[in-house]
Parts: sequence; C-alpha cells; structure tokens
Amino acid sequence: MASSPSSNISKKLCLDESLWANCGQWIKNARLSAAKRVEGQGLPKRRDEYWNYTRPDAFLKEKIDFDVVSNKSFDIFSNNLSTVIDYEDGVLKEKKLPVIPGCSIESLQDAAKLDEHWAGAVYGVPEAAGQDPVKRSLAALNTATASQGLLLLVSGKVKNPIKISAVSNGSIDSTIHHIVKVEPGAEVTLIETGHYGARANVVLEVEVEKDGSFHHIRVQDGQQHNSLTHIFGRLGPNSTFKSFTLSVGGTVTRNECILELLGDTSSATVAGACIGDDKFHHDDTVFVTHGAPNCESRQVFKKVLRDGAVGVFQGKILVKEGAQKTDGYQISQSLLLDDNCQFLAKPELEIYADDVVCSHGSTSGAIDEEALFYLRSRGVPKTKAIDLLTLSFIAESIEEVENSELADALLMYLTAVLEVR
Amino acid sequence: MLEIKNLHVQLEEEDKKILKGVNLSLEAGKVHAIMGPNGSGKSTLSYVLSGKKGYEVTAGSAHLEGNDLLAMAPEERAAAGLFLAFQYPVEIPGVGNMTFLRSAVNSQQKLRGEPEMTAGDFLKAVRAKAQNLKIEPDMLKRPVNVGFSGGEKKRNEILQMAMLQPKMCILDETDSGLDVDAMKLVSQGVNALRDNKRTFLVITHYQRLLDHIKPDIVHIMAAGKIITSGGPELALEVEKNGYADLLEETA
Repeated sequence: MASSPSSNISKKLCLDESLWANCGQWIKNARLSAAKRVEGQGLPKRRDEYWNYTRPDAFLKEKIDFDVVSNKSFDIFSNNLSTVIDYEDGVLKEKKLPVIPGCSIESLQDAAKLDEHWAGAVYGVPEAAGQDPVKRSLAALNTATASQGLLLLVSGKVKNPIKISAVSNGSIDSTIHHIVKVEPGAEVTLIETGHYGARANVVLEVEVEKDGSFHHIRVQDGQQHNSLTHIFGRLGPNSTFKSFTLSVGGTVTRNECILELLGDTSSATVAGACIGDDKFHHDDTVFVTHGAPNCESRQVFKKVLRDGAVGVFQGKILVKEGAQKTDGYQISQSLLLDDNCQFLAKPELEIYADDVVCSHGSTSGAIDEEALFYLRSRGVPKTKAIDLLTLSFIAESIEEVENSELADALLMYLTAVLEVR
Repeated sequence: MLEIKNLHVQLEEEDKKILKGVNLSLEAGKVHAIMGPNGSGKSTLSYVLSGKKGYEVTAGSAHLEGNDLLAMAPEERAAAGLFLAFQYPVEIPGVGNMTFLRSAVNSQQKLRGEPEMTAGDFLKAVRAKAQNLKIEPDMLKRPVNVGFSGGEKKRNEILQMAMLQPKMCILDETDSGLDVDAMKLVSQGVNALRDNKRTFLVITHYQRLLDHIKPDIVHIMAAGKIITSGGPELALEVEKNGYADLLEETA
C-alpha cells in the first residue's frame, strides 16, 4: 500500500492535531506546500531511476517491524565542544537550549509557535529547490511532518563544534528537520552522532552566505536501524561547505546530499566512509550543481563491505551554462572483503560550460595481498592486518576532514569499531 | 639456526620450477651472504621462507631452531624469530609508522605469550633506535613508507628489525636503490644487531654491500641451486670476474 500515504498526505496532515497545536503561520505555510509537493510527485517507487539500487520499501512501510537492541555507543568527540545537545528516541532532551557566542540555537517546536521567524525563509526552501530535476518526495514528507529539529542561526565564528548526540533504544519512527543558516563571514562546525530512531527520516537544510563556512561531521552507528537522510545545501559567494559521514552500523541507510553552488569561488566537499556486513545496505546519493563560475566541488566515498553487504553510490556533478572554470572531482571506491558483497556505482557528469575540469572515478577491489603479506611478515595476525588495511583504505576519505583533531578522533573511533567487529 | 634441506619450489599459478634443491645450514651468530645472477631464485627463497603466497613447495624442508617453518603462517614465523627486510617495502597510507610498529611488536609478544611492552617503554625504545638510524621523529608519525625516499624505506626496515629483535634476519637486496651514504647507514644499523646468537642471510647482487656487512660465508646461487660456497673471498672473485666462470666450473 505504498501509494496511499502520498495521496492522503494533506488530509492526514490536517488531521494530525499534534502538528498544528499552537502553530504559527510560517510553519503552517511551509508544511502545507511541502505536503502538496509530496502529493504532486508521489512517493518513490522501485522503478524510479534513483531508487533502482535501493528499495524504498524500508522507508515506506507503515510499520517498522523490528525491535532495536540497545547498543553501547562509543564516546566520540567529547573534547573541546561548544555544547552537546541530546536527542533521545527522536525527541530533544534539553528543556533549555544553551547560549553560545556567535550562534543562536532554537528548537523547531518552540519556533513553530511563533507567527513569524527567520527560519520561514529557509525551512523547506532548499528542499523544494532540490526536487528538481530529481524528485525527493520523502524529504518533502519530512518538511511536511517534522516536529523535532534544531534551528541554528550562525552570526559569528563559532570556535568549537556543536554536537548533537542522538540515542534511541526503542522501536521509534522519528522525523527530524534541522536548519542551519550561516550568515556572511560566519563559521560553524556541527557534529551529529548516533541514531534518532529505529527508523529515521532526517533532513538538514543549510544556507551558507557569502564568505561563510559550514563543516559537518556525522557518525551513524546503531544496529538494525534504517536511516534516510537528506542534506540540502546552498552556497553563497566564496563560501565553504564540508560534510563527512562515517557509517558503521544500520541496516538500510540512504544518505542523500544535494548541493547548489550559487556564488562565485565557493567550495563544497561531501565525503563519506562506511563499514558493514550481512544485511548492511548503504547508499550515498549525491547531486552537486555548479551554478556559478570558479567553484570547486569534491565527492570522496569509501565503502568496506563484507559477508553479503551492498554499497551504492550515485553521484552527479551538474555544471550549468556559464559556470566556467568549474573544478569538479568525484571518486567512489569499495573494498570488498569477500566474494559475497556488491558495490553498485553510478557516476554522472552533465556539463553545459566549455571551460571546466571534471574528473570522476570508481573502483572495486579486494585487500592488497602485498600489503597483507608485509604486515603478516612483521607478526601482525591476518585479521588484525586486514583491520589495519581497512583503516588505511578509509583514511583517505577522512583526510577530507579539515579539523585534524576531529579527523584523529574519527580514526581512533574507527580503530575501536574494527577491534570489536 | 636455520636448516634448509633439498628445497624445491615452483610457482602456484604456472608450472615453473624456481628452486631446485636448495641446501643451506646457517649457524647461530653467523652472517651468510647469497649472491647470484638475476633469476637465480634468491628472492624466491626469501619469500618462501617468510611465507608469501603464490609458491608451492614440492619437496624439501626448512626448519628454524627445529620448528617447521613451512607449516606456519607468516605471522607465526615472525613470532618464531624470522624477519625479512623487503627489497621493496610496501606503502600503507593512513596507518602511522608508530601504530604499525606497535601492532607488530605487541602482536609478536602476544603470539609468544609474553607480556606486552608498556606504551612508555615502547616509545623510549623506538626513539633511541630511530636516532641511531638517523630517522627523524616526523618519519615515525607519517604513514608507513608513504612518501619515504628509497633510503628512508630501507632504514625503516632496519628500524623494524631493531624493534622486533628477530633471531634470523633475511635481507633481500637491501642495497638496491641506495646511495653510498645510505648504504653505510643501513649497514651500521645491521652491524649493531650482530651478536653471537643472531643469524643473518644477506641477499645481494653486489660485493659492495659486503664491504660494509662482512659475511662469514658466501654462497653462490644459480638456476635454483647453491652451486658453490666459500669465504668472503668468493664475493671478491665474483666482483672481479662475474658469474660466468663459476657457472662454467659447475656446469
């Protein structure tokens, strides 16, 4: 019954009193227009081009049919943070949000009570823009129904990272919508760790204005969780956007990242690494649009698969007419630890400017036998040697993380994850 | 220390015989050198002894202090005291040299059932040994062999050897790609490890390495066999006359 939710979404939305209690006008408008997008487009189907490799079923089923076993999370990124904001089972834990110099933090649920809010100009806007040319109806559904999320208005250079730490131990279906607006010349680093629910639909919309900088580090752990995430980023002149995601657990995960470089000399990096086995299915779907000249973008993805795991990469660079001197780069690589796993890659370039540099590559390979022998000849047992080479394989993507302290923390975390695997 | 008897080896993938009955007996505390023309099987011998994949032993045996080497996994051979300094040390991006060294030392101690070295002791030992080999602290932090010059890679091999303290060291063309100064430095590192318990097998094309690492016994290998053995003067003879004479004599 995958088709019913879309046709009834506005109706359902109107009936869902929890969404409308004390609701201000700006959010009503945003939710209703998002609901219309879902109705107009319909929900994803298996024969849709961009759902060819990942079945949308996991995100469409009315009910989630598994119980999540509580799992221990490694404590990652605990030093030098501006603040930590906790989510438990998809709900913000803090009653009072911290005050940080250079950044105001509000909850979506509080802001929704007001009739007017700065977020009205952002909430659902990059998401709506990101529906063309590829439909992303589940993101619109998120905009229409999310009642939890954070609104970050960054006006200064925030020195230390802001961390969102999510835990969920129950059979929770959660919808989270975060918004970040980086004002001219401002800077912030946002870290997200854990999982918001047994099944989560997460949207992060980011507007980076002139000379602004947004860094994002995400660690997705968990066990049988299903996650669908969308990042919609829009970059102003000379701005920087960098996002890195490490996924070490979950069942079906699809991380979409849709970026538009709208101002000259802006720069975007989206990178990620994942490790999984058995029923692990990990999909990175990236769409970078160069809409202004002299911009650069990088996509760097590494997947380590074992014992039946499936990795998917669909990455596109679209260079619009007039976006001259574009420098686009894309690489996706998989390390297949046995013969049972699969890596499905679909790199795409679509270029309408004549003075650009765009390169892409994709590889699949097994463990390097020379390197394995070298390590073993030094006394390192085979399993440990494979772990070290796995780390070596992923390390290249972690190099995309500019903050060396955070990059080191990721490597240490990864080492710990490999040890208990 | 190391007893090799009638060792016959061929490639797994193709029916090509490489070693055709190698016999070698290496006593504790001695330095043996193997010289020989290209393709004589010198490097294969070092790979087979250390357990590299792709070779099939069709006959013969190799024992290290009585332990059947050929029945052991490469890591077990290392823990038993065997060390191979690679002709082409492998680059491992993303893994710090120090992390690698620590894993190697700890793994061997664990395999031997010995207590692990503390982090402090380990660090002290590495620093001291690195200094002797003129290895900069920066080289210890960098990923294993990545961006190292030829000389740095070989010095890094000797550093590993110094840290792991093996009983039986095989040096596979350690002089290849080294300039005179680098060769001196590497040789000093090797000579510092010489004692009456540790055995070396130095594989080389050229006599000049043997000016720095003075061998007790020199073997000449050709077509998969040791064709003659002698004192250090044998290496000088090869340097002067090449292999042709020796090959004719034994033909």
